[in-house]
Parts: sequence; C-alpha cells; structure tokens
Amino acid sequence: MKPKSEDELAQMIAGANGPLRIKGGGTRPIGRCEGTEISTANLSGISLYEPGALTVVAGAGTPISEVEKALAAENQRLAFEPMDHRPLFGTKGAPTLGGMAAANVSGPRRISVGACRDFMLGVRMVDGAGNIIKNGGRVMKNVTGYDLVKLMTGSYGTLGVLTEISLKVLPNVECTGTVRLHGLSDRQAIESLSSALGSPFEATAAAHFPKGPSGDPVTMLRIEGFESSVKYRADKLQDLLKAYGEAEISIGDGSEWAAVRDVSSFADQVGDVWRISAKPSDAPEIVSRMDAKAVQYDWGGGLIWALADEGRDLRSALGDFDGHATLIRGKADVPTFQPEIPALAAITAGLRQKFDPRGILNPGIMS
Amino acid sequence: MEMPTPDAYVLSRKDQIVARLAEVLPRDAVISDERETRAYECDALTAYKCPPLCAVLPANTKEVAAVLRVCHEMGVPVVPRGSGTSLAGGALPTADCVILGVAKMNDVIETNYDDRYIKVQTGRTNLSVTGAVETNGFFYAPDPSSQLACAIAGNIAMNSGGAHCLKYGVTTNNLMGVTMVLMDGTVVEIGGAHLDAGGLDILGVICGSEGQLGVVTEATLRILHKPEGARPVLMGYDSSEVAGQVVTDIIKAGILPVAIEFMDRPCIEATEAFAKAGYPMCEALLIVEVEGSKDEIDAQLKLIMEIAASHNPVELREAKDAEEAGRIWLGRKSAFGAMGQINDYMCLDGTIPVSSLPFVLKRIGEMSKEFGLDVGNVFHAGDGNMHPLILFDANKPGDLELCEDFGAEILKLCVEVGGCLTGEHGVGIEKRDLMNVQYDPADLEAQMAVKDVFDPAWLLNAAKVFPLDTSRARRAA
Repeated sequence: MKPKSEDELAQMIAGANGPLRIKGGGTRPIGRCEGTEISTANLSGISLYEPGALTVVAGAGTPISEVEKALAAENQRLAFEPMDHRPLFGTKGAPTLGGMAAANVSGPRRISVGACRDFMLGVRMVDGAGNIIKNGGRVMKNVTGYDLVKLMTGSYGTLGVLTEISLKVLPNVECTGTVRLHGLSDRQAIESLSSALGSPFEATAAAHFPKGPSGDPVTMLRIEGFESSVKYRADKLQDLLKAYGEAEISIGDGSEWAAVRDVSSFADQVGDVWRISAKPSDAPEIVSRMDAKAVQYDWGGGLIWALADEGRDLRSALGDFDGHATLIRGKADVPTFQPEIPALAAITAGLRQKFDPRGILNPGIMS
Repeated sequence: MEMPTPDAYVLSRKDQIVARLAEVLPRDAVISDERETRAYECDALTAYKCPPLCAVLPANTKEVAAVLRVCHEMGVPVVPRGSGTSLAGGALPTADCVILGVAKMNDVIETNYDDRYIKVQTGRTNLSVTGAVETNGFFYAPDPSSQLACAIAGNIAMNSGGAHCLKYGVTTNNLMGVTMVLMDGTVVEIGGAHLDAGGLDILGVICGSEGQLGVVTEATLRILHKPEGARPVLMGYDSSEVAGQVVTDIIKAGILPVAIEFMDRPCIEATEAFAKAGYPMCEALLIVEVEGSKDEIDAQLKLIMEIAASHNPVELREAKDAEEAGRIWLGRKSAFGAMGQINDYMCLDGTIPVSSLPFVLKRIGEMSKEFGLDVGNVFHAGDGNMHPLILFDANKPGDLELCEDFGAEILKLCVEVGGCLTGEHGVGIEKRDLMNVQYDPADLEAQMAVKDVFDPAWLLNAAKVFPLDTSRARRAA
C-alpha cells in the first residue's frame, strides 16, 4: 500500500485487519516483523525551509539526500550526521527522513551536538487506531505539553506511522581537522579520547579502531569550524595528548569520517553486527568480554560496534552493564533490542497498548 | 483560573493521612500545621494561592516511594515541588493534595569527569550542579534565569532552557538518566551514564511532563568543559525588523553564537532606570555572545560586527574586558527585576519562528494599546523564545484578568504564526486552558494516554497541563 496523503494513510490503518509493515526507503532492515507493506514513499517533499530559523519541515517519505541537497545550497546540514546503513546491509534505495527518525539514526557527531532525537522539533503521525496526531512544532524551543516527538523518535514505527517531520538544522563548517594517534591499546585510546572530550577544544567526533586500515590501532578525533580555529584546536589537542604519542594532524574536508559513521569496515565481512551503547570508560572491559571478530569504538567509547560470529548471543557474554546492546544485522536467535527491566517493560507495554491497541504496527520489531 | 473542587472525602481524612505519612517519614518531614503549610501555597506564579492539605519533605528515593505508596493507597492527590520557582503554576497545590517537596534531596551522588556526567539528587539547585564541578573546569549547560534557586527536579519537569541553549540545548538534551518513583511507589531506573535509549525513549517523554508521570528523585546530567573564554557584543537598532534581520544574517553566515538576546525600547528604558547598564535608547537592542579561544572569538566577532555594521546600528559595542562584558549582560540580567520595579508583571514565554519576529512585535505593540497595558519584550532571539512582560496593577480590581486576557491573545498569536504557547516555562495552570489553541482533541488525547500509563488514577499534579474539561473524565474516574 502506498497512501497518497496522511488522510488516506489514516483510513488504511483504521481499516487494516492484520499486521502492517511500515516502509520508508527500505535501507535499514533492523529487527524482524511480518505484515502487509505500507510505504511512506508518496508522503514526500520539503514543505518549509527557513535557513534563518534553522528549521526544515518535510514529509516522512522524503529522501534524506533531497533534504541534504536543499540544506547544502544554504550552507547548512543535518548536524547529527545520520548513518547510511546501505553499505552495512547491502541494501539499495534511498533512506528517508521517516526511517531515520523511526530508528533515531545518528552518527559520530552525536557525542557533541546530540542525536537525531535532539534535532527533532515536531512530528505528524497516524497511530495504530488511525488517529492523526501532531506533537511539537517547528520552533526550537517548545515545552507545550508532553514531548511525544522524542517518544516517536526511535520507536521503529510501533507507536505510529510518521507522516511529517520538522528538524533543527545547523550551519555547515568551513573546515575539518582530524587528529590521529597510532598504536594505542583500547584502554589508552579511550582514556585519550576522554581527555580530549573533557577539554575546551570541542572535538566533534572521537573514534578508535583496534585494527585500523593497516592492521594497527588508530585513534581519531575530529575538530570542525573556521580554519584558523581548527588549526589552533588541533595543535592544542596534539599537545594535550602528548603522553599518548605524537599525534598526526590533517586538515581537509573530513570525508574520512563517513567510514566511521557507516561502519564501513564491517560492510563486506561475514558476521552479525551489534551496536552497544555504554559508559565510555567501561567500553574496553566490555569489549574484552565479548571475543568479537572486529570492533570499532565511536562516541569516545560510548558506542561500540562489534562484528560477531553469526548466530551467537553476544548479549549473554556481556552480562550486566550500564547501557544496552542491539543486534543490528544478523540472524542470532535473540531479542533484537536489549530486554528492559520489568518496571520499564511494563511502561513500554502500556504505551504500545495505548498507541497501537490492536498491535498491528510493525509488530514484534522492537522485541 | 479555575481549579478542581477539592475532594471532600480526602479533606475529611486529613488526620489519618498525616498520621500514615508520619509513620513512613521522620517526624520533621511532615508539615501539617495550617500556619506552616502556607509556605507551600504558591510558586512564582503568585497570583494563585492555595494551601495544601499537608507537605512532606522526604530525604531519599525510598522515602519518596513510601509517601507515594501511602497517597496511592489512600487516593490522595500529590503535587511535586522543586524549589517553587515555576512561573506557570506547575507547583500550585490543590486543597486536597500532599505537596511532595524535594528540597532535602540535594546530594551529589557521583561525579565522573572521564565520562563527563554528574549524578545528583534532584532537589539540588541548577547552579550548585555547576558549583560541584567548576573547580575542575566543568559546567552544567542549561541555565534558566532562576538557576540560583530552581531545582533540577523542576528543570526536568519543565524541560527548562536558558540563555545559552542555542548552542547547548535545553534540559532534555543534557539529561542522560533518571531514577523515578511512579505514583504507586514503583522505582524505575531509566537511562544512565550511556547515551540514547535501548528501547522506547521513555526518558524523552518524562522530561517536560510537568511532574505528572512520576517523581524524579535522582538524575544523571551531562557536564561539559568550560570554553576557554566568552565575549558579548551589544548592538542597537532603530527598528525590530532590522534587528531581526541581523539575527537571521548572523545565523545564515554560519556562525552559531551561544546566545542572542533581544530587548525592546520599553524594556531598555526600564532597565536603564533600574540598573544603569549604559544601554543606548533605541527600538531594539541585541546582545550576541560567542565562545572559544581568544583568536576564535576575534574571528567570529569580526564577522558578526561586519554584519551588524552593515545594518546601520545606532550603537555597536564590543566588550574589551570582563568588566565591560559584565556591564553588557547586567541590563539583560536585571530586566525582569527592572520591570518589577515599575509594576506587577506577568511574564509570557511563547516561541515564534524567528522570521515572524517583526510582525509579532508590531502586533504586540498594537494590542498593548487596545488593552491599555504596557508591555516590554525581552527574549532569546536566536531560537524565537519570547518573554513579553505585561505590566499590571495587582491591587486594581480587574487588572489581573485584563492582563491574562492580553497574555492569552499574545500566545494565540504565537501559535498562529507557527510557534507555540511555551518555550521553556511549561504549561502548568497558566497556559492550561489555551492548550486547545495549539492542539486538536486527538493530539491532547494522545498525551493524556501517556499519563494513563504512568498514573492511571490521575493523582499526580492532575489539574495542570490539560484543560480541566478535557481531563475531567479521567480525573473523576
């Protein structure tokens, strides 16, 4: 089904007599669910873009590339740099705003400017009973009523089908600097990233590869802004991190960070892909517990990407920790999302019951 | 402002309720004497007052859970209270309620500079969170004007902002985790020292829920290292249109100042009379602040000054030292006090798209004449969050009502141009009955359904946020 309007979508959902599988661009097949496909492809297009107000409003089916193109023309961008899952999944098609929001897709800059959820200003949606609901709006500061925008972001379509999204955007930067350290152990690397992120020099990304392109460990920090400022801060970081070796500085367009964002090094490798959010200083120890085939640290250690043997329950190897693990790609017979503690699971179940009483929207995708 | 009729059955059982609470709390933590409960009769929206049935001051999560279990069992409404600085009446009691104050809960539980967070009890004041980490060079970014007094509990309830949120975001963008007690006494841990939710973003909906979903007792907050320096510039213009254009041009030039503050002539005049900050007399004054190293600040200010100069400013002043920076901020920071010197005032909080600024200011000026009440505008221009201050005389019969009507018209205008009723103060009782202007019944139904899940009996702060007619059936059930 491909509704042409929000009203038509509402009728389709109200009239549905079985599970529906909601489709944006179809590039992020995270989680499992069955159902009649319902596509947001026709709910597409930018309806408002005010560069001076740093806001853009568009249909949920709008390709991200279309939005990014419009923003680039005004020297602006989606600052949370949504990851492109296509390399990892080998999927085709165009990622949409709706899919991005439904999966709260962010990138390395999450550590400095926030996640997709932090840039979501407003939504329009249709819930599981076919009600059209709006929340938030198109202004940056808005505390009018409950923040259902955050609740919808990252709900994988299970509480409602997004039809329109307003986003905060930010100015593009003139220049990007990358500071690299070589040969650090995981523990040293995370320590070095923590000390950079705890400095006034505003790194906008902090990643570590235990096995970089040449097979040796590479630790990376990103600095963005006006060229003189980037050079100044890169020098300061080099100085700050002296104890970890002589840092190498490169100034350019920052294109090397796309590979970090998209976890490209796992793209063509066989295995299940896990995404683990953790307290950064816990990360090396967590990684030591999981015996993964390959690992990438992002967010200064707060995000661990792990490539594990197919079908393995990596979560059971992790045990208890401050954070959560999601099976992004793979066939392991385990819940895709971290099981919640009972009190929280009860709230989640209650919310699902309210927003989708018949349980027809992407049923089971978040289990 | 209409409030629900107090539950006579609850009122009649005051002694039993107080006795049960006294069983689960230390002796000095239950306040039931009528002279003492008066201290809790209002928050910073002082036009409305109502002493509660009693007030309790638990010292930790366990005691909060015990209080809520008792109230839940006995069917007693609860109104949570941070420091009582809400301008929206978020902590206004009903006569049949227990005020649950978090003031005793002000400990720092953990600071972690490597992972850049602090965990505190939520009765701690906003400024003292920064106070706990500033010797290490860190700060907690959201900075509401009331930061000296306001509690983190209230900041989370209202999703408070501040002058510097253009760069750092508001409370929800800096809140990593909470310990929350549900109305039935269940304790839930949500989030923590990691980023983003593992399932639904429950934390996202708790922040800004105005104490209606649970009582947040502990919070994990993101802390940041202070920038190397910050410097403001002041610019004055002959019209708000031009000032609005300057704001747009700065943002479009790719500069993201940490703050862009705006004051109009009535506000400048009042402030000058009060604080003598040396502001120019003009139609619109902007304070723009940037951060970074000295060179970075110089580079950003050079661009900003070029833009500012190209719009024929009546004054353009760059702070050369800390003293001058302090003077530039002095007037802005004393604006509310200055207006208060002239008369009683009501402070509004609508947000508008920045592009509508000149139109909205013009309309407010016209409405000021129609209503016969003066109004000064001071606001966060970078994000469109306005704070019109309407002057009225509380001792003059009918003036408060006239002021409220005027305020309602301004907020309707904010919604009309694509904005919202409240940018950072919250709905409380103040904007409760205007919610229908911004939201359709289905929109409000979806929000109320969330409360149904957390607090099925609608005992927690239930007379707020939703128009009484809209929430009546749920509150009566």
